[in-house]
Amino acid sequence: MSNYRIQGATGEWEVVIGLEVHAQVTSAAKLFSGASTEFGAEPNSQVSLVDAAMPGMLPVLNQECVRQAVRTGMALEAQINPWSRFDRKNYFYADLPQGYQISQLYHPIVGEGEIEILLDEKDESSAKKVGIERIHLEQDAGKLMHDQHPSFSYVDLNRSGVALMEIVSKPDMRSPEEAGAYIRKLRSILRYVGSCDGNMEQGSMRADVNVSVRKPGAPFGTRTETKNVNSVRFIMAAIEYEASRQVDVLESGGTVVQETRLFDPDKVETRSLRSKEEAHDYRYFPDPDLLPVELTDAFLEECRASLPELPDAKRRRYETVLGLPAYNASVLTAEVDTARWFEELLGHLGEAHAVRASNWVISDLFGALNRLGRSLADSPVTAKQAAELLALIADGTLSGTLAKQVFELMLETGQDPGVIVEERGLKQTSDTGAIEKVIADVLAANQDKVSEYRGGKDKLFGFFVGQTMKAMAGKGNPAVVNELLKKALG
Amino acid sequence: MSVDTATVRHIARLARIAVSDAEVEALAPELNNILGWVEQLQEVDVSGVEPMTAVIPNHLRLREDKVTDGGIREAVLANAPVAEHGFFAVPKVIE
Amino acid sequence: MSDLTQLGVAAIRDGVRDGAFSAREIAEAFIAQVEKGRALNAFVIETPEHALAAADAADAARAAGALKPLSGVPLGIKDLFATKGYQTTAGSHMLEGFKPVYESTVSGNLFAAGAGMLGKLNMDEFAMGSSNETSFFGNVLSPWRRNDGGNAALTPGGSSGGSASAVAARLAPGVTGTDTGGSIRQPAAFTGISGIKPTYGRCSRFGMVAFASSLDQAGPMAHDVRDCAIMLEAMAGFDPKDSTSLDLPVPNWEANLSSDIRGKRIGIPREYRIDGVPAEIDQVWEQGIAWMRDAGAEIVEVSLPHTRYALPTYYIIAPAEASSNLARYDGVRYGQRVAPENGNLTDMYEATRAAGFGAEVKRRIMIGTYVLSAGFYDAYFNQAQKVRALIARDFEQAFDKVDLLLTPTAPSAAFGLGEKTADPIAMYLNDVFAGPASLAGLPAMAVPAGLDSQGLPLGLQLIGRALDEQGVLNAALAFEERAGFTARPEAWW
Repeated sequence: MSNYRIQGATGEWEVVIGLEVHAQVTSAAKLFSGASTEFGAEPNSQVSLVDAAMPGMLPVLNQECVRQAVRTGMALEAQINPWSRFDRKNYFYADLPQGYQISQLYHPIVGEGEIEILLDEKDESSAKKVGIERIHLEQDAGKLMHDQHPSFSYVDLNRSGVALMEIVSKPDMRSPEEAGAYIRKLRSILRYVGSCDGNMEQGSMRADVNVSVRKPGAPFGTRTETKNVNSVRFIMAAIEYEASRQVDVLESGGTVVQETRLFDPDKVETRSLRSKEEAHDYRYFPDPDLLPVELTDAFLEECRASLPELPDAKRRRYETVLGLPAYNASVLTAEVDTARWFEELLGHLGEAHAVRASNWVISDLFGALNRLGRSLADSPVTAKQAAELLALIADGTLSGTLAKQVFELMLETGQDPGVIVEERGLKQTSDTGAIEKVIADVLAANQDKVSEYRGGKDKLFGFFVGQTMKAMAGKGNPAVVNELLKKALG
Repeated sequence: MSVDTATVRHIARLARIAVSDAEVEALAPELNNILGWVEQLQEVDVSGVEPMTAVIPNHLRLREDKVTDGGIREAVLANAPVAEHGFFAVPKVIE
Repeated sequence: MSDLTQLGVAAIRDGVRDGAFSAREIAEAFIAQVEKGRALNAFVIETPEHALAAADAADAARAAGALKPLSGVPLGIKDLFATKGYQTTAGSHMLEGFKPVYESTVSGNLFAAGAGMLGKLNMDEFAMGSSNETSFFGNVLSPWRRNDGGNAALTPGGSSGGSASAVAARLAPGVTGTDTGGSIRQPAAFTGISGIKPTYGRCSRFGMVAFASSLDQAGPMAHDVRDCAIMLEAMAGFDPKDSTSLDLPVPNWEANLSSDIRGKRIGIPREYRIDGVPAEIDQVWEQGIAWMRDAGAEIVEVSLPHTRYALPTYYIIAPAEASSNLARYDGVRYGQRVAPENGNLTDMYEATRAAGFGAEVKRRIMIGTYVLSAGFYDAYFNQAQKVRALIARDFEQAFDKVDLLLTPTAPSAAFGLGEKTADPIAMYLNDVFAGPASLAGLPAMAVPAGLDSQGLPLGLQLIGRALDEQGVLNAALAFEERAGFTARPEAWW
């Protein structure tokens, strides 16, 4: 539970947040036309006559978009409505060729569900459930460009008709952090399911942020809706700004106006869009060009069967079956790509080494990637190579120090660790004869220190270890070196 | 209910049809007349009746997710009153 | 042959097949007739090159022994159907100059069956009208005149007014029409021809400019029942591009035509006897009933209790759908644009739509916008959809008892141009008998029955069960045989 409070002149205020997330459905073709959904094409090159709303053109529903919405609903443990319907939302705008958006108001395809968020990754007791109100399918609009011509705006309809899922939460969040955790968790689930790529920069996921404030325990206040916020950071910033703005308004005797607002990322503020239009009246009614969507049991079963292991289940399995610490499990399951990478590594290495592998991935690998400014997707070290490296540590071929050296070389060259070890002779030695010889040389060269040690200066043991390892260029097996040194020093 | 001239203007605005004062004056009684006439539906007892969803029993067919269209920019823009550089052009929108 | 233009679809098809004349001769004869008939204003554009090309293809096909079902038949296409490369206006200034880059499924089906196109037929703007007086391209005149010696211009009915006039004046042997609330049947009745609106979903709506999606259906208008059957067979068929299209094979309506309707039960809905309808309508109805009885059918009185609510229901649902369907005419992607100087986007929308739409279209958009607007949806639109369900149920219950219904098509004979334009509701009442079957999506056909005392055609309507076009056509054929309607307008144009 969040203790987030805004300290006002009249006391503490609680913020109430609901999010409407628009997630672009992963599909090859658009919701009601056969045009491509590919990002970044030439203007109006991915537009069918249906998308351009030519007279007499009719919508035909894409099965994959229905399937993805249903699978998403199932992943959110939501009510799947076997009977749903499309409605027209009527309004005029240059990016909306039909003069209406085909959406679902009265009978959405997915009903109530929930998402569990963790406010502290290390702490299961920080878990909180955020309710999902509904998910419906709808068409995206086209794009307007205002800076190309002095007196014209240009219209590109490539996005017009691309399928979106609108995922509407209940007003269950109480702090910017909860909203951030919710959006990250939702994105994670969508990516696991494969129903949305979650790329907020490309606009394939964006949120309308509903915010209101109230005195703790009081009824909900009037909310504002900040439209189309497209990063986790901006969502949190918009909430923070909007909540304190509302507190200021209320405490100075004003009232919050229910309105649509816009987030300005440069100024980190929201501002009213009131100027834009008189009150909207969308005149929703069932789209007579389409029939109700009726889902068969077989279809629903196929959707369910195609769902992968989801992040919560995976995290629990990592903890209970693989024995990972809670934090490791949480980090490794947060993104499907990470989990996939980790599981590929384990596939080569064996699950028995899961704990060590998880530590190595989180500290060594992530540290290195961070340093290099890279992500796991373009990691110079593959999961297979990482498994080989960890195996070389496990079988004693590499000491920790050597392993770090080898890893650095792997990052530089992309070579397999075995090759690096072989070519550069970085194999650790446990050959007692060889080590004893080096130890004898080290002791001989440091007679004074040997005397001091034997006189009780125990701390010098580390010095002898260091000298021995140095003389062996780091390749001595530390355990063997320790043991033989102890013996030699008597 | 009765449609006054303010309502006519509001509806015309929603429908994006410019109306002159004279048209508003003429439309108000016309719409009132028509709406008054359709008003008689209110007397029909529809309790327990579901609104019609499909005229003839039929099932919605779903399309395969295949790219079968697009790549026809010339055709899409062919009838545009104003098109430039592959875009439709409209009076500048100030957001 | 002296006057090829007197031939209907079947006769032309058969004559071309049998070598009685060439398809080119036919096309040329009709092209000349279209030119001669320009005073009727039935065509918005003439497309002789299309008809000739199809005719030459038909003649070649005959030589190659590869004739198609409509080879050699030149048709008129209502201007509501998008025709690739040919201006398609829906009778509206809004779409003046619009040349689709695509073909409607229905016109495409006809052309694929070998038919050619004589031109695009005038119509009420966006199919909204019952007299063809709302067309931006001018009134269509009926070839018929009253026998009072006056030359009063009469309406051919609407919205398929150009279609009806063209067939009645023999400018085309057959044409496409569309019917949303009577737009095939009422003009057919007014001009003494036949026309059928099939079951909703039989003909694809793809490429047909939408008026009211849940009601719009294409259908043929022609001299007689057989010609309608032939054309409908070519027009109909499942189309994956229309989600409301019925995925059913097209029956062999022509091959299965039979006027033997002995034992069929034909219902006479008592609610269709309404006050204010001229006695002559009742008389022709009685005559029709007698003919059906003569054909061996059993006549049964039935009740369709919600009939009187059909038109108010229609005038909520159709405008509501239209208000949304016509939102795409915004001056951005095609059609007219009026952009006031220094005006913004909204100014452009409002000016474009004010200039592009005519008065009736605006009126209906306004009504549709109103009934869907905040606070009124339940009272109007949802209530209308419920009443619509009741109207459909009335029919279902009647069809438990009977196979077909026989009713008047229109509440009067053709009226004079300008006679009803001042009173929208009086105009709307034209569809009092045609509207209910549209709301229920049922197949319904208008067939000519006789002339009234003014010498103008009157028609009756046969309504069948969903998908039973065959039953409707067969009963209409039995009717046609008994009516022996041969009256023709005198060519004054």
